[in-house]
Amino acid sequence: MTLPAYLRDVQIEVEGYARDFGLDFFPTSFEILSYKQMNEVAAYGGFPTRYPHWRFGMDYEGLAKGYEYGLQKIYEMVINNNPSYAYLLEGNSLVDQKTVMAHVYGHVDFFKNNYFFSKTNRRMIDGMANHATRVRKHIERQGIDKVETFIDVCLSLENLIDPMSPFIVRKAPPPKEEDPKDPPAEVPKLRAKQYMDKFINPPDFVEKQRKKQVQDKEKVKKFPEERQRDILLFLIEHAPLERWERDVLEIVRAEAYYFAPQGMTKILNEGWAAYWHSRIMTEKALKPGEIIDYADANAGILATSPGQLNPYKLGVELLRHIEDRWNKGRFGKEWNECEDMAAKKGWDRRLGLGKQKIFEVRKLYNDVTFIDEFFTLEFCAEQKFYAFGFNERSGNWEIESREFKKVKDKLLFRLTNHGQPFIYIVDGNYENRGELLMHHRHEGVDLKLDHGRDTLANVNRVWKRPVNLLTKIDGKGKLLRFDGRDHSEKGMEYVEK
Amino acid sequence: MSQKIDQDHRRFREIVRGKIKQNLRKYITQGEMLGKRGKELVSIPLPQIDIPHFRYGPKQSGGVGQGNGSPGDALGQGEPKPGAGQAGDRPGDHLLEVEVSMEELAQILGEELKLPNIEPKGKERIIAKKDRYVGVRRTGPESLRHFRRTFKQALKRQISMGVYNPKDPLIVPIRDDKRYRSWKSEPLPQSNAVIVYMMDVSGSMGDEQKEIVRIESFWIDTWLRSQYQGIESRYIIHDAMAKEVDRETFFKTRESGGTMISSAYKLCAKLIETEYPPSEWNIYPFHFSDGDNWSVDDTVTCIDLLKNQILPKVNQFAYGQVESPYGSGQFIKDLDEHFDEDDNLITSEIKGKEAIMDSIRDFLGKGK
Repeated sequence: MTLPAYLRDVQIEVEGYARDFGLDFFPTSFEILSYKQMNEVAAYGGFPTRYPHWRFGMDYEGLAKGYEYGLQKIYEMVINNNPSYAYLLEGNSLVDQKTVMAHVYGHVDFFKNNYFFSKTNRRMIDGMANHATRVRKHIERQGIDKVETFIDVCLSLENLIDPMSPFIVRKAPPPKEEDPKDPPAEVPKLRAKQYMDKFINPPDFVEKQRKKQVQDKEKVKKFPEERQRDILLFLIEHAPLERWERDVLEIVRAEAYYFAPQGMTKILNEGWAAYWHSRIMTEKALKPGEIIDYADANAGILATSPGQLNPYKLGVELLRHIEDRWNKGRFGKEWNECEDMAAKKGWDRRLGLGKQKIFEVRKLYNDVTFIDEFFTLEFCAEQKFYAFGFNERSGNWEIESREFKKVKDKLLFRLTNHGQPFIYIVDGNYENRGELLMHHRHEGVDLKLDHGRDTLANVNRVWKRPVNLLTKIDGKGKLLRFDGRDHSEKGMEYVEK
Repeated sequence: MSQKIDQDHRRFREIVRGKIKQNLRKYITQGEMLGKRGKELVSIPLPQIDIPHFRYGPKQSGGVGQGNGSPGDALGQGEPKPGAGQAGDRPGDHLLEVEVSMEELAQILGEELKLPNIEPKGKERIIAKKDRYVGVRRTGPESLRHFRRTFKQALKRQISMGVYNPKDPLIVPIRDDKRYRSWKSEPLPQSNAVIVYMMDVSGSMGDEQKEIVRIESFWIDTWLRSQYQGIESRYIIHDAMAKEVDRETFFKTRESGGTMISSAYKLCAKLIETEYPPSEWNIYPFHFSDGDNWSVDDTVTCIDLLKNQILPKVNQFAYGQVESPYGSGQFIKDLDEHFDEDDNLITSEIKGKEAIMDSIRDFLGKGK
């Protein structure tokens, strides 16, 4: 439903404030939804239509139960599209709606300007609807069970993409043909004294050796030539799939790439939106009578609970910290080398570069670079961050450390690749038998094995030939293998690739 | 209004119920949503199907949090959820913790499992009298004087007599103005219930089995308490001998002896005999065991006890058999053989934690 007149007025007002602050966004259209519609749209990841699949129903059930039992409620939803669409929950108080609008303009500005969103499909509403039509067509022809089961397989592999690949310009690999002028490699011979050579290595033997050498060379010609992180693309290009299967896999991949930047910028994006709703509301839009309700809602958004990182909180605090540092000139060589704590405490060069800096951050950074560059010792202590882990002996999740380096390392580890392991395809013709060899880049944490085996089986369902995964378990190299019927496992030297 | 999502939702429910796509059944986890009852956290069942991915093992990774506490401090209730989650495609849902009362909980359970309300035993319904304040009258003890009504009456009188002066609103009630609360004794059908929990604590019942019993009995308690006003719980543990214990001990004790189920049934029968006359009580014995009984003879004794002493007096006798790696699981077969569906004896096999809900449905689904 489109907005009623009074909300329309509020929208125009808030949009004006956002523009005055320098935010730059796509045209944004708000719709007001009942909680049922809201849950439906949320289950569809913000879109009005998706292809039929049970997992949307599962998400819907969670949201619906959460709402009905009063455990949670979705305040806002916005999708990265041009024009952008955002949804308001019917029956929220006016001050909540206002806050949500201000928040949404922060997100839309971010979608439009952040570099990592620059390659996303800005007509994804249409894209999703097209995907739905294509999948429905396949269902009509193949039957729901067959298509849905294949979607299950694809979804199991959906994180095997390379979120950075849209930004990498790959040159066509240089032709590797050998220069005909090069002298042919020496043919291996049996060792013999010169006068015995023609007896020990007779011409036909030498000829045989040469042929073998050429054959071997062809065998080692690598496929793929470099390890490949976009496993879905590799499978689309090389796996023996039926046309409808390939189409479904392409759809799952396209959607995974569409959502990937949102995963990569969760903290920064939410922080940015929270920063702006807070400024727009407190400096412009709030009426005196609304301040308590606003403060209450805002406190809920920024609340922290043990063992859970609140991206809104971390993001907004870090942005404010950056703004403050650049306003006061707390950066650069002089600042870094200053060891006088008293001087540091009162340091204020009155540069006023804060606003410019945070706009630059929103344009060029993602969560990993954002944290890596700006998460400082002072910030860590001020915001009381800690690293936690599972203590096997006590059976509890416990605070492990407040040491800056440990906290930051753990935070970065969690954010890198969205907290998921790096898996590469190394060989598409492993052992020269058309088997697939994948490689897990082990970074100190083992894979979850039951899931790993089942996922391997799903790769096999697409690749059709046996599949292998080299990983490390408890410090030892292991090759996991699924041949289409059985799982097996053997020790193998783990080499960094 | 029908929604597009309904189709997806129906499909999901069918998978969860095991009607279609059996291959996904092993990925179903009984997820939960946390609510709070007093200090205790309770969970609302929320089945999830977890599609497998290449991902990190959970316990090695941990994460980063924010707040007070020093290294070594536990993070408290509610497991943290490491792993960034599927961030991004799920913007802005904020989890709130709310208080869920026991009544609401029972209601949720009832809805979730489609449990029928219990019909208390018809003819043996006992009548108790209860006083209720229902009206107002002109006489009564001063302690029950209705202050507001009294002054209202005095005001009315003064106005009608023309002695009331709004500028000096002085109101003095006289004897006729006084009003008193009055009560009526109403006959109230009262239904009392007692739950007798019996558990096999012999060597073969491990911690996991006991955990299952504990969870299941929590939910049974919750449900029955929502159905009856006064409810008592009694606890009996047994190996080769039975004894009555308190709740705490019930869940903690572990013996190593053999198993004679009849000992518990004897004690249960005695308890009912001496303390809970069936004319006044709704009686619900629950017995949990791994199904390993000492001897065939003892099983015969059990069946005899049930038939002649226990079943005639109770609303329903429930036997839950927890799967254990040691037990033979024979006892449930013996019971099923000797009692048919019409009897008020219900058996249920509990294969693991996931089966708890199904088993509660077995036990409470008849509305007896």
